[in-house]
Amino acid sequence: MENNSQSQDWDLVIKGHTSLFDIKFKDLWHYRDLLLLFVKRDFVSFYKQTILGPMWFFIQPIFTTIVFTFVFGNLAGISTDGLPQYLFYLSGITAWAYFADCLTKTSTVFRDNANIFGKVYFPRLIMPLSIVVSNLVRFGVQLLLLILVMVYFYFFPVEGTSFHVTLGILLFPILVVLMALLGLGLGLIITAITTKYRDLTFLVTFGVQLLMYATTVIYPLSYAREKGYNSIVELNPMTGIIEAFRYGFLGKGEFTLWSLGYSTLMTIIILFIGIVIFNKTEKNFVDTI
Amino acid sequence: MSKPIIHVENLSKAYQIGQIGTGTISRDIERFWLTKVMGKEDPFLKIGETNDRSSKGESDIVWSLKDINFEINQGDAVGIIGKNGAGKSTLLKLLSRVTSPTTGEIKVKGRIASLLEVGTGFHPELSGRENIYLNGAILGMRKKEITRKLDEIIDFSGVERYIDTPVKRYSSGMYVRLAFAVAAHLESEILIVDEVLAVGDAEFQKKCLGKMGDISKGQGRTVLFVSHNMAAVKGFCKQGILLEHGMIKSIGKIDDVISDYTSIENYEDSVVYLNEQTDRKGNRNMEFISLEIKNQNNLSTQDFSMGDDLNITFKIRNNANESKSEVGIQIRSSDDMPIFHIMPRDSNYELIHTQKEEEYCVTIKDLRLFPGIYSINITSNNTTGHEIFDAIDNIMTFKIVDGGTYTSRNLPRAAGLFFLNPSWKKL
Repeated sequence: MENNSQSQDWDLVIKGHTSLFDIKFKDLWHYRDLLLLFVKRDFVSFYKQTILGPMWFFIQPIFTTIVFTFVFGNLAGISTDGLPQYLFYLSGITAWAYFADCLTKTSTVFRDNANIFGKVYFPRLIMPLSIVVSNLVRFGVQLLLLILVMVYFYFFPVEGTSFHVTLGILLFPILVVLMALLGLGLGLIITAITTKYRDLTFLVTFGVQLLMYATTVIYPLSYAREKGYNSIVELNPMTGIIEAFRYGFLGKGEFTLWSLGYSTLMTIIILFIGIVIFNKTEKNFVDTI
Repeated sequence: MSKPIIHVENLSKAYQIGQIGTGTISRDIERFWLTKVMGKEDPFLKIGETNDRSSKGESDIVWSLKDINFEINQGDAVGIIGKNGAGKSTLLKLLSRVTSPTTGEIKVKGRIASLLEVGTGFHPELSGRENIYLNGAILGMRKKEITRKLDEIIDFSGVERYIDTPVKRYSSGMYVRLAFAVAAHLESEILIVDEVLAVGDAEFQKKCLGKMGDISKGQGRTVLFVSHNMAAVKGFCKQGILLEHGMIKSIGKIDDVISDYTSIENYEDSVVYLNEQTDRKGNRNMEFISLEIKNQNNLSTQDFSMGDDLNITFKIRNNANESKSEVGIQIRSSDDMPIFHIMPRDSNYELIHTQKEEEYCVTIKDLRLFPGIYSINITSNNTTGHEIFDAIDNIMTFKIVDGGTYTSRNLPRAAGLFFLNPSWKKL
């Protein structure tokens, strides 16, 4: 019997120690329907539990833009690179919000799903991936808001400001993927660490907010350079993405292939580390949580 | 001959009980500082050390499973039994890939679907139909598979009328029916089921068992079934695995395995040590320290057959130099009905105290209780009965497993409580 079983080909071997890079992409593909169903679940449950429904998607960027315009634009008088202030802030906020959402929501994946993860197996990566896709819906709605505001300022331009859509907009899909993967990668690293150290969770919301100030959301890169802080700001991989985003939609911003290449490289590295750590954690996290 | 479908080799799973993660970085740093730098005792090590199972003592690692080897053939229905803490759930968790083994490996052919719980991932806001899809996908089904089986699932669940209603409006029974219906229609080669039959009404339980029978006999699929319900295991499984302390105690035909199960010594639970945390009443002039139950062979156990002797041994401490005291022992059935109450004076015996700590044993010969679970209450009071020294309810439970040497007929609780075999004659 023993020899018999040795010679058979098994479909699945469950072992304690596997290589770090043993990521089951085939499994992931098999469960692709589950990903879509999770997205649908998030969407439906979101609608059913709110009064205003999708209106919430608008409220947050609108109010943030108004506050930023008042505080940074009018009180602090930070330049907006010759763009209408509302457009400048709204474009930054829209892109940043997607990244931040991906990061914060994936950073609690293990904790939020401890119950379901403890009861049934499916590739754990499905869960954070579905979050990233779910967030696309919200991002899409907010992008629509941005376009509406652009149309408004096209017909009622503010004196002394101008903007125009450039060919850079063709890079938009790549930018979205980069933001999603960067947020995902950081989120995966954080969720893996927070299974052991819960107190890090408090750092996340706070850290994301701080990180925003190190990104060109509330000031243009040219302004940072003027003040001599550009080297720090450019180290942030989100800077290249937001600058390219603004350049594509509004025609302003320091978009260079070099900075976008840097962002891409960083995204790949962070995502890789994130997946490896996540993969290692998922095996035994049920025992620790 | 059928082929092996699951092959388990040297499988072990260890849990750390002592030095588990403290949960926060600041505490980990504090621990590092105190133990490694200052050389003090680890203040966080105490967590989990009261785990009674660790008869291994000093080590802070508990082997929940140790060196498990077995093979399951295609189409077998295998019952996994054992006491709480024997490692059943750990084995299921490993098989269903919820957690991974410490050493050893499991080789599997085909897909495994595990039902460690019904309705995993059900979302209250979604309708029954949407939840079928979601739950099915979580359990590993493709969307088109679910669509193909949708009618069958809805039909089996019997909640057709409410299928487009959010499940938060379902009764708990409907919820469970729907959840089991999804699971029962999985197309996996191996199905792992954990105690789900403990839910739902009797009729539905019967339906579930029937469906599981279909799955293993009719469709030739392999089923692993964990349950405490011996009748269900016996009725449904041909093979059995008995786990004890994380090791395989016996494996083979289900009848043999069940009889091994009922004869396991239940050391840990058949002894109870009392402390300040024990829920007790009285002024503690006399104080119970421990209590143990044994059978006529002096074997510490909680399982008895009818006709066995029940020896109740207790240690008592004299805190107030009482010279005499009384003890009352009451046996109650599982429906909390008092069955009898015994006191030393009924047997012309007196508890006369000469030492600080003394041990007594009372033997109830020829136990004639119907199969079932019984609990013991114990009290200590002064000889007039006016002053209660110590009183503990439900200090210990024991089980009458079968008719023993007296009878092999079925003895349901509804038929009676006390067994008599009087003499009969024709007149």
